[in-house]
Amino acid sequence: MKGSKSRNVLPGFGLSLGFTLFYLSIIVLIPLAAVFFKTAELSWSEFWSTVTNARVVASYRISFFTAFFAGLVNAVFGLLIAWVLVRYRFPGKKIIDSLVDLPFALPTAVAGIALTAIYAPNGWVGSLLAPLGVKVAYSPIGITIALIFIGLPFVVRTVQPVLQDMEKETEEAAVMLGAYRLRTFWKVILPELMPALLTGFALAFARGIGEYGSVVFISGNMPLKTEITPLLIMTKLEQYDYAGATAIALVMLVVSFLMLLVINLLQWRMNRRTVSD
Amino acid sequence: MAGAVTVHTNEEASKRPKHITESAPVKWLLIGIAVLFLALIVLLPLASVFVEAFKKGVGVYIDSITEPDALSALKLTLIVALIAVPVNTIFGVAAAWAISKFRFRGKNILITLIDLPFAVSPVISGLIYVLLFGAQGFLGPWLDERGIQIIFAVPGIVLATVFVTVPFVARELIPLMQAQGVQEEEAAASLGAKGWQIFWKVTLPNIKWGLLYGVILCNARAMGEFGAVSVVSGHIRGETNTLPLHIEILYNEYQFSASFAVASLLVMLAVVTLIVKSIVEWKSGQQKPVEKTV
Repeated sequence: MKGSKSRNVLPGFGLSLGFTLFYLSIIVLIPLAAVFFKTAELSWSEFWSTVTNARVVASYRISFFTAFFAGLVNAVFGLLIAWVLVRYRFPGKKIIDSLVDLPFALPTAVAGIALTAIYAPNGWVGSLLAPLGVKVAYSPIGITIALIFIGLPFVVRTVQPVLQDMEKETEEAAVMLGAYRLRTFWKVILPELMPALLTGFALAFARGIGEYGSVVFISGNMPLKTEITPLLIMTKLEQYDYAGATAIALVMLVVSFLMLLVINLLQWRMNRRTVSD
Repeated sequence: MAGAVTVHTNEEASKRPKHITESAPVKWLLIGIAVLFLALIVLLPLASVFVEAFKKGVGVYIDSITEPDALSALKLTLIVALIAVPVNTIFGVAAAWAISKFRFRGKNILITLIDLPFAVSPVISGLIYVLLFGAQGFLGPWLDERGIQIIFAVPGIVLATVFVTVPFVARELIPLMQAQGVQEEEAAASLGAKGWQIFWKVTLPNIKWGLLYGVILCNARAMGEFGAVSVVSGHIRGETNTLPLHIEILYNEYQFSASFAVASLLVMLAVVTLIVKSIVEWKSGQQKPVEKTV
């Protein structure tokens, strides 16, 4: 461990940090601050009545619950996929591994129309479910499916490295002490994976709350039923209600910042764990 | 000290003694569920794009992607990516250099700030520029007097895309450069190398694969961004429509085949992105043993 003095040998600190701060300020921070300034133009009661309007509250509920359920589904199946990819060898594993990243690389609008085509009542999967009375597209289930698609890589890619680095010895010890495989999983493996799993869930959830492109096609956009909060902001903008749109945006921003804080705390705890190991 | 380095032990982890792995039926059941889930959620949508695109024949497909509006959307998408990607690449390298090679207070806050655009809904990413530069915006009247239009024009689309893609290159490079440390650069400096020389001859060769992957991901997002661009574009056909917006317009006009035909172009972009990712992983995996001997 060398002292901080030796690091000053390298040039470019002022230039690179200065440019970084300048760029972040003009591209990210000042524009984001505009949301706060614009909202400040509203009186408190105007703000409150905008963000607690029945249609707006319904949209919070839809966005929250669909993102939450999608996060749960992804936590279960994302863990399963990470497990299969780390622990087993089977033909086509490389392709499966690449497929996991597809939602990161595929534009959201394309995902939106493709999922709608499949899950619409006349689509490949939708037509199988329609006789059973299950309506996927144009219902909250459709929104959830779109958010499962968007959030899946977050869980897999957060859990995978932790699972990979897990010591065999702990599992060996559990077996020697007479634990069955399933019990070993619940009592030894799962607790170890929990911080990573929670981080993945939180990332998928946060992304799901703000997601727009993949959802608008499949949701049907019915006020009070399948209207998500980002769409409501969009609608207000199209009606030139900038103050209203901004007030709702402020609520979403605060939620996003809180999620970011939670994720950072989780990651910090994860890192501390691996370092102390 | 470099405890953060994660070594890929892919093959070793999947070779496990019998007593700490599952029985064959359980193993194949789990693989089956994973494959089925991915097929339903990821593979099927991908396949449906091509099926829908060619539903009315190859002629319609080719017409849809060569009509003037589609071509101008493609051109705009390329222009936007050509501005947003280099700008954010320079930013990413600068930010990663400052964060990984020096110590200063508030570093973690800076990293969080770089991540901020990931946490913001795409719709809000567009909204903020409307609030700044729109007709009703803070700078709107000033810009209007000078005849400069940003919102509902190309500059707005570029700005929104730049905002959304800020973190990509930086996020790839920061952990990579932190893991690599400063020894090699310090050695070069003590041998008399100047700043840019150190960067081009020592740092860049070490980070090239991570940099390439960051650039590719940044590009995929820049070309595919929908929500943020949708807010600032104004949807003027042939003028302010990017490929994703063009897809939406065709879809809402019930021109499904045309819509999916244009979408298939973006699917190919995504597939190329994933292929490059695999190559990068393979290449950097090859590079690793050399690094470890240092």
